[in-house]
Amino acid sequence: MIAETGLIALWLAAALALLQFALGAIGLRAEREDYFAAIRPVAVAQGVFVSLSFLLLIWLFLRSDMSVRLVVMNSASVKPLLYKFAGTWGNHEGSMLLWVTVMGLAGAFIALFERSLKKATLVATLAAQAFISLGFYAFLLISSNPFERMFPIPADGQGLNPLLQDPGLAFHPPTLYFGYVGLSVAFSFAVGAMITRDVGAAFAKAMRPWVLGAWIFLTLGITAGSYWAYYELGWGGWWFWDPVENASLMPWLAATALLHSVTVLATRDGLRAWTLMLAVVAFSMSMIGTFLVRSGILTSVHAFAVDPERGSFILALLAIYIGGAMALFALRVGTVKEGSRFELISREGALVANNLLLSVILALVFIGTLYPLLVEAVTGEKLSVGPPYFNLATGPLALMLVAVMAAGPLLRWRRDNPKALVNRISIPVLVVAAALFALVSLTTGMSVLALLGLALAAGVAVASFAPLWKRNLRRTPLHTYGMVLAHFGIAVALVGMACESSFTEENLVAAKPGDEIVINQWKLEFEAIEPVAGPNWTALEGRMTAQYGDGTLHEIKPQNRMFAAAQTQTSEAALLTRWNGQLYVVLGDGDSEGRWQVRVWWKPFVPLIWYGGILVALGGLLAMIGRLRRGYKQRKQREYAEAML
Amino acid sequence: MKAKHQRLTLVLLALVALIGAGLLAAYALQDQASYFYTPSDIADRKPEAGQAIRLGGMVENGSIQRSADGVTVQFIVQDGTAQQLVTYTGITPDLFVEGSGVVADGRLDGNGMFVAETLLAKHDENYIPRELESIDMTAGKHKTETLVQ
Repeated sequence: MIAETGLIALWLAAALALLQFALGAIGLRAEREDYFAAIRPVAVAQGVFVSLSFLLLIWLFLRSDMSVRLVVMNSASVKPLLYKFAGTWGNHEGSMLLWVTVMGLAGAFIALFERSLKKATLVATLAAQAFISLGFYAFLLISSNPFERMFPIPADGQGLNPLLQDPGLAFHPPTLYFGYVGLSVAFSFAVGAMITRDVGAAFAKAMRPWVLGAWIFLTLGITAGSYWAYYELGWGGWWFWDPVENASLMPWLAATALLHSVTVLATRDGLRAWTLMLAVVAFSMSMIGTFLVRSGILTSVHAFAVDPERGSFILALLAIYIGGAMALFALRVGTVKEGSRFELISREGALVANNLLLSVILALVFIGTLYPLLVEAVTGEKLSVGPPYFNLATGPLALMLVAVMAAGPLLRWRRDNPKALVNRISIPVLVVAAALFALVSLTTGMSVLALLGLALAAGVAVASFAPLWKRNLRRTPLHTYGMVLAHFGIAVALVGMACESSFTEENLVAAKPGDEIVINQWKLEFEAIEPVAGPNWTALEGRMTAQYGDGTLHEIKPQNRMFAAAQTQTSEAALLTRWNGQLYVVLGDGDSEGRWQVRVWWKPFVPLIWYGGILVALGGLLAMIGRLRRGYKQRKQREYAEAML
Repeated sequence: MKAKHQRLTLVLLALVALIGAGLLAAYALQDQASYFYTPSDIADRKPEAGQAIRLGGMVENGSIQRSADGVTVQFIVQDGTAQQLVTYTGITPDLFVEGSGVVADGRLDGNGMFVAETLLAKHDENYIPRELESIDMTAGKHKTETLVQ
């Protein structure tokens, strides 16, 4: 009965979404205030029913109900509880249901708490949100029903892909989905504002928390995904420019641009049309991301669900939403009045540079990701575009972007004096020069990109704190601290990336127990190979003692795991983190002479990449808290003033 | 700057940036995209030595040979009609076995040997590298002849 109840809840939620859309569309056309009033409770009810449906699916997975096809295909009764839970969204149907659930909840949230937007704009926003949800409801109910029963009932399920059985990855997809859905909300706001011709600071202020929230989740999702690929694949790399990685990076690039332009719109009422355009692009990128991942149209190490029919469904949705939004944008952009103006050398000018650079990087990633598809469609030739292209094309631009990032926050709004700017950035520039000099004289064989990256990172690290210079730290708004932290996080991540690419050492040997492996300052004593077992896997485990130059001893245990349910093998790298880097050990196959392949990397400062990512997300969180608190206070003050009148 | 000109300037800037991006991408793609070859493709039109390419096919049965250093492996990739000798130094991927599909990134050396930098084998029983979908997966299982170097 649980499965049937879940399906009924899903149908009800879909019907409510249809009602929500109809109420909005008819209400706006006929200017019926009573329809406006009804749309809020409908949006809340939709959120409740779709959440119920999703909770019931989780319940089915937790109980390992083997009469439900989805559970059979993606779960097994002997599996840690965490992965039964995470298995709910570790598959196509479940992840689509998660998507639409988050959308429904976001709609309910807007309906309950959004008070500053004009009523008509709010209604248009909720209607747009319902329209997007409807596509996903249709998708779920027509082609991918998660509650489908199975008969005869099998004895046990087929298990979750072992690569996905990892605590980090259990929460990686939902994190990205929160980001994608946040961008869909921003998109709905943009559509709402375009429909009611209400593009201005108030709209930007309502949209900003959603953009910020989406951006925080995307940042966390990408950081976690990168770390997962780093330790789970056992290849020692942290970013492969794989299509699925690019699918998460593209919305992030668009969201980063949008985040900065929406700030200009909210505080200075500038860049109106541009911000609308970015909101459309950011949502398009999250839809394209979903399409690329879910259709399996591109070869990818992460692409698990390969199904052309579903791919075409998402592609059709994509075409409707993006095409519609672009058409609306083209129709309405003429009526969007130009916002306030600014000089080239100003905070706005720097933010425009930021936006242009991010857009170009986005375009380059987009072209590189889709080029193989295009070529195959046109000429039938198969090709792949990998790191050489992406590094060459985006690397220099990313460094320019970082340079702009250092200077931008030191500029005044509207107009600034170039001479004053030179004064303000002189210290960071000196730091960059000193770092460059030190690196060139002390190191050899660093690539130009890494060299510049490391020097720039030093400058940015200093410059990022400059906005706090000579300010009353207690009266500085929280969102300024957020910006400082996020920019500093970029510098931290950049140091990690440059160090990883320049100073990594590698040693690949075939070793017998008793042998010693040497790398950098490490001596690894290979002691033995032991069989070990986990809840649903068995493994061969290498026992090693690693000794650092200063004499400290560490135990490390890389594994080669065999999963029973799926007959799949994975290698579990052993990681040893010190303050100055990470030792990365992978155990390979054994041979007939009793030797085992062991691959060892010493990666100086590599964890900074992910620490940086976390700092960036934390910065976003501070900014969001600051903005929300300020918005709340202003509203209270306004209400108080109105009450006094 | 005059009122009307600012918006125009911004639009022009954006256009220039995007066209620049397109040109940069076209330029970089020309050199950096690596084309997919099956062993027959290599036999038909041999790519230049040193050019990055992607090779896909089945690992020939009985062809995997580990060399004395214990970390280099040589094997033959075939697609039913032609064969290509491949060498790879590193830990072979999980589920890299004879008769299974494999995709390798690398380049041909002067002697016609394919030197692989990365190897992708199929992840699990459901995953087939997309490039290999058109190749008959059973072809490798019936052939046992080995290539003479």
